[in-house]
Amino acid sequence: MPVYNLLQALNDALRTAMRKNDRVVILGEDVGKLGGVFRVTKDLQAEFGADRVIDTPLAEGGIIGTAIGMALYGLRPIAEIQFSDFIYPAFDQIVNELAKYRYRSGGQYECPVIIRTPSGGGIKGGLYHSQSPEAYFIHTPGLKVLMPSNPYDAKGLLLSALDQNDPVIFFEPKRIYRSAKGEVPESEYSVPIGKAEVVKQGKDVTLISYGAMMTESREAVEKALEEEVQVELIDLKSLVPLDVETVIGSVQKTGKVVIVNEAPRTCGFAAELVALINEKAFLYLEAPPVRVTGFDTPFPYTLEHVYLPSVDRILKAIRQTAHF
Amino acid sequence: MTLKSEAAALNGKPVQVLKEDGSVIDKRLEPSLSSEDLKKLYYTMVLTRMMDERFFKMQRQGRIGFYLSSTGEEAAHIGSAFSAEKEDWLFLQYREPGAALIRGFSLFHFACQILGNSGDLTKGKQMPCHYAYKKGHLLSISSPVGTQIPQAVGFAWGAKIRNEKSAALAYFGDGATSTGDFHVGMNFAGVFKVPVVFICKNNQLAISLPVQKQTAVSNIALKAQAYGIEGVRVDGNDLLAVIQATRQALQKARSGEGATLIEALTYRMGAHSTSDDPRLYGDEMTLEEWKKKDCILRFQKYLEFKGIWNPDYEKEIQTQAGEEISKAVEEAEKLPPPSYDTLFEDVYSEIPPQLEEERKGVSHAGL
Ligand SMILES: Cc1ncc(C[n+]2csc(CCOP(=O)(O)OP(=O)(O)O)c2C)c(N)n1
Repeated sequence: MPVYNLLQALNDALRTAMRKNDRVVILGEDVGKLGGVFRVTKDLQAEFGADRVIDTPLAEGGIIGTAIGMALYGLRPIAEIQFSDFIYPAFDQIVNELAKYRYRSGGQYECPVIIRTPSGGGIKGGLYHSQSPEAYFIHTPGLKVLMPSNPYDAKGLLLSALDQNDPVIFFEPKRIYRSAKGEVPESEYSVPIGKAEVVKQGKDVTLISYGAMMTESREAVEKALEEEVQVELIDLKSLVPLDVETVIGSVQKTGKVVIVNEAPRTCGFAAELVALINEKAFLYLEAPPVRVTGFDTPFPYTLEHVYLPSVDRILKAIRQTAHF
Repeated sequence: MTLKSEAAALNGKPVQVLKEDGSVIDKRLEPSLSSEDLKKLYYTMVLTRMMDERFFKMQRQGRIGFYLSSTGEEAAHIGSAFSAEKEDWLFLQYREPGAALIRGFSLFHFACQILGNSGDLTKGKQMPCHYAYKKGHLLSISSPVGTQIPQAVGFAWGAKIRNEKSAALAYFGDGATSTGDFHVGMNFAGVFKVPVVFICKNNQLAISLPVQKQTAVSNIALKAQAYGIEGVRVDGNDLLAVIQATRQALQKARSGEGATLIEALTYRMGAHSTSDDPRLYGDEMTLEEWKKKDCILRFQKYLEFKGIWNPDYEKEIQTQAGEEISKAVEEAEKLPPPSYDTLFEDVYSEIPPQLEEERKGVSHAGL
């Protein structure tokens, strides 16, 4: 089995999908000849032609607006938004149109657009190349929201997204595009949407995370073990739909929970998870749930390492919870 | 003869086929239409205007919540919709009820949608006049103005990519031309030579705002030039000019020559909606001027020349249309609202577990 990084796994997934189904088209800024600014769509235009791997004008609203039309026509468009920081010009098309098309037509139409977009910080991108805007979309009924943390899941989730008929926002943790490596089957396979994974079993504390923050979380969990705290680590992968069972099952077992995400704290997805845990596992809790998140500031440039949850911050939260 | 050359010669004045007295200006531009077609068109125009009256009244009586009329603009949307082929698809704004009728959307389903009842094909999910009817190739109407424009472009582009012959018609008002989506749609259509026809019904108003304050350009069709596509300005109250322009634009689209922007000059003779009060901004003089140019009147005179229309015929079809509306409303009003279960349907292809839990909560509450 080849070892791929996240970029290669995504590229492989796209190629696999396009070979299998000639209705799959890719559109976005610089996705064609260049293969995307991160090269996720590398060499695809050469193989599938400029009609199926389309360099669009610079207009996110146009990319999503036309992708909606293509999906309504019966194509399977995969739109790339170059950085998730630039998704806002398309916000109306995503939130008011794409997310609601099935609903507002009483199920007469469906609109299976996949929007791939690199998100998250840690690449010295400053305000506008670092944001984690997933909460806006999680808050919008009608969208599915996915975020893999490793190459295997990236390919499997993307292929799953193409195998169902709802719109998907597929966040790619760009900080680990190259550093996350792993074995990826060459064949087609799927990673189910709506299923979280217990990456590591533990009995003392549950740690929930997703995307790039799985890297820091994993390290913190290892360090906690040295201090004899056994942490159960969960990778959500699918934020909508959420695998409530796995989350609640684990918290009921450990009675303690730390949630890590890099988006700003207020109304971030961690807040929703805390609410859910309080509703469903309140009587099992032995300590207050703890959030480790970005701060309620715009994403900084020079001090991004302070902004982003670090292994130390996560470890501190684990200790605080474990010894409550 | 193409409208393009005609329009160029007119230098900004809209293309006309019919004079205001209903006589044909230039035989070469007169579209070929059977007498059956002519009757269908006239009936649909009359029916659409009578629906406006009836539903407006029903709103005042408290029987429905809201309505958007198209009085004065019937030719612009009915003529263009009529010109579309079966395999074409329509992206409506919200003020084109006659276009929906032309595409086979029944008055009964129309009434059910306005009532939001269990007979509504969209299950009571949207406010009145926001229908969707896939069988008739009507896409789903939404309130955010202009969003349908790039969607229509993407749709038609899909047909082009698949080498299939469908075209898309995107309808919008003069107000919509100020949105980013208008710009984006026109630009993409130009770059990718998409088989789409943009139909801007310039009814001079966007709620209260006159078109002169919407754009500093006096001729919306001119905007097409900036995107490398063709713009044609027609008299939108001239049914035959609208038909001719749409037919030519669609033919062009299908032969791979790309998009056209048709500006149909017309006038919103009624309020923006049942919630609007045009007395606060309206202009009686302008309204009186436009009433003389009424699209139904003009087409009626043409039909009179053709020996199709006479006062008895008018009486006959008005009776027929009135009865048709009454019957549809009567049948629709018998139906109950949609079941509460439908609230949770169609958000996703299947109800996800968390939503299922919310659904169960409602049924436990014994609604
Ligand atoms: C994006 C957006 N902004 C504002 C509104 C409120 N609104 C509804 S209709 C309308 C005017 C639209 O004018 P125009 O496009 O000319 O169409 P018309 O109503 O005249 O047919 C406005 C401002 C809206 N629906 N969508």
